[in-house]
Amino acid sequence: MRHTLTLTVNRMRLALRTPAFIFFSLAMPLAFLFIFCGLFGHGRPQAIPYLLASVLALTVMGSFWGLSLQLVTYREMGILRRFRLAPIGAGAMLASSILSNYLLTLPTVVLQFLLARWIFHLPTWGNLTSVLVMVTLGTVTFAALGLIVASVTGTAQETQIINNAFWLVFLFLSGATFPLPLFPSWLQGLALLLPATYLVSGFERALASGTSVFHLGAELLSLSVCAALALIIAQKLFRWDPGQKAPRRARLWAAATIVPFILLGAWEIHSGALMASARANFAPLERQAAPQNLPR
Amino acid sequence: MEGLCYRYFFSVNSPVIQVENLIKSYGSVEALRGVSFEVQEGEVFGLLGPNGAGKTSAVEILEGLRSADSGRALVCGLSPLEAGHRFKEEIGATLQSTALPEKIRVREALAMFSSFYGRRRNLADLLRRFGLEEKRHTYYGQLSGGQKQRLALALAIVNEPRVLFLDEPTAGLDPQVRREIYDIIEELKQEKKTILLTTHYIEEAERLCDRVAIVDYGRVIALGTPRELKQRSAGTTRIEVRLAREAVDGALAKLEAVSDLFQLEDRYVLHSTHVPATIVALVKQLEIDGNELVSLEIFSPSLEDVFLELTGRKLRD
Repeated sequence: MRHTLTLTVNRMRLALRTPAFIFFSLAMPLAFLFIFCGLFGHGRPQAIPYLLASVLALTVMGSFWGLSLQLVTYREMGILRRFRLAPIGAGAMLASSILSNYLLTLPTVVLQFLLARWIFHLPTWGNLTSVLVMVTLGTVTFAALGLIVASVTGTAQETQIINNAFWLVFLFLSGATFPLPLFPSWLQGLALLLPATYLVSGFERALASGTSVFHLGAELLSLSVCAALALIIAQKLFRWDPGQKAPRRARLWAAATIVPFILLGAWEIHSGALMASARANFAPLERQAAPQNLPR
Repeated sequence: MEGLCYRYFFSVNSPVIQVENLIKSYGSVEALRGVSFEVQEGEVFGLLGPNGAGKTSAVEILEGLRSADSGRALVCGLSPLEAGHRFKEEIGATLQSTALPEKIRVREALAMFSSFYGRRRNLADLLRRFGLEEKRHTYYGQLSGGQKQRLALALAIVNEPRVLFLDEPTAGLDPQVRREIYDIIEELKQEKKTILLTTHYIEEAERLCDRVAIVDYGRVIALGTPRELKQRSAGTTRIEVRLAREAVDGALAKLEAVSDLFQLEDRYVLHSTHVPATIVALVKQLEIDGNELVSLEIFSPSLEDVFLELTGRKLRD
């Protein structure tokens, strides 16, 4: 545990000295805030909670990149081999990735909240406990998913390509950028298979309708299962050495994680609860937006 | 406490490093083809050989960074891959290319690594001893090659290890920096640390090592103190002479104590088992032939000759 903390402190320090990290983890989330709230929420404070939910979801999903890329670079450069000579385990290395991600995401989230309040007149804080739970669970989940990509890919360049591919899916299919109710129904079904969708939904419900943690069942279930699986697989796949290959069985394991999401997705498609709440949260925006756009 | 009990249990007389018949292949490349040696407490042991001889594979198996295909490797009586953190507390190492994050400061790196261990050295002392005091706030990426290597050595002893592994500690450094590193290693030697170092520099092995194993193509082809190895080199000394005129056919080869003779450009190279006798005979012979001596040089055998003799190749080709 002590080693995890030492590693966390040092890796955070190193991340903050990297311009690319600052850009992706601080500048980009703030840009999301200003683009979403400034363009779509201008003069409509009631829309801000809904928009802020998307911004927070994107920020948390960003931990997918974060420290996992640092880990790949370290492996590629042989830095991890030096660490391996010391009495620290793979667990401490992975835990420090997730913990640093979390500690670096929290201040950004707080800043986004405050800016939303001051500049865009956020009318309500929503349910802050739910928000905190979603931020925590979301960061762990997406950071761990990033660690899997980090282990499966060989070079930092490969990691970036795979990360981008996933990122695009998360960005456009989760409801974070295009509202879920606007999707054709087959695409809605597909979206319900993604953990990212549950993250967006959790934030929307916590912020726009003040839903308490106890009523975020599907979201919590999806993200916890995803986090647990991702952590186990990341640990199985972890490599210190650039020359080491990930065992094939471990790769199969990684692929097998899809199963619970298909089950949960199927259940959600069947029950329609998540879609109903997405529609309910999106409805006021539509209603409000319509009259403004019509010339009278 | 555990370390202390363990040290008591592990008796002084058993070797600190035991390697038995190590075999390791990477695909079709056989890196180690049955390597065996032992290193005693307080000894500086060198693995000398050309690049690709298998030195790094052997060391990395002993460090717990690689697994062997077969054979036995024990360090302080522990199996490197299985003993886990208890093993890592006992060892320190510099890798062939130690890499640290570019943006970590010298002192931060030392503080971080020392915090991983139960036993720790005083950081200020380490910085002073390795001449890094002024650089303590410098980013690793901005250090010179020599400074990086000094930091790597400081990191290697941050936990007061019992055994040190130094893989090519001076490769790629210029001669002056290399001598600095030699001084540091000699100091560690004074502290009675057990050191296993790999090198392809003859002078490094001769200067630093108590015993040397010459490694070639994944095998130990000779093992002993540098002096023993040189004596074993058939005990011959190389004498190189230049003459005013060409020597009479066969005259030089018949001189006393000459074991081998060949011509190299404008010189005659004689291998002699007894130098004074050969020289006296040479001078007499030249007088008889009416020839004259232009120059004469004597080379005592070096490990380079030993290597050349054993493998038929030069070490640094």
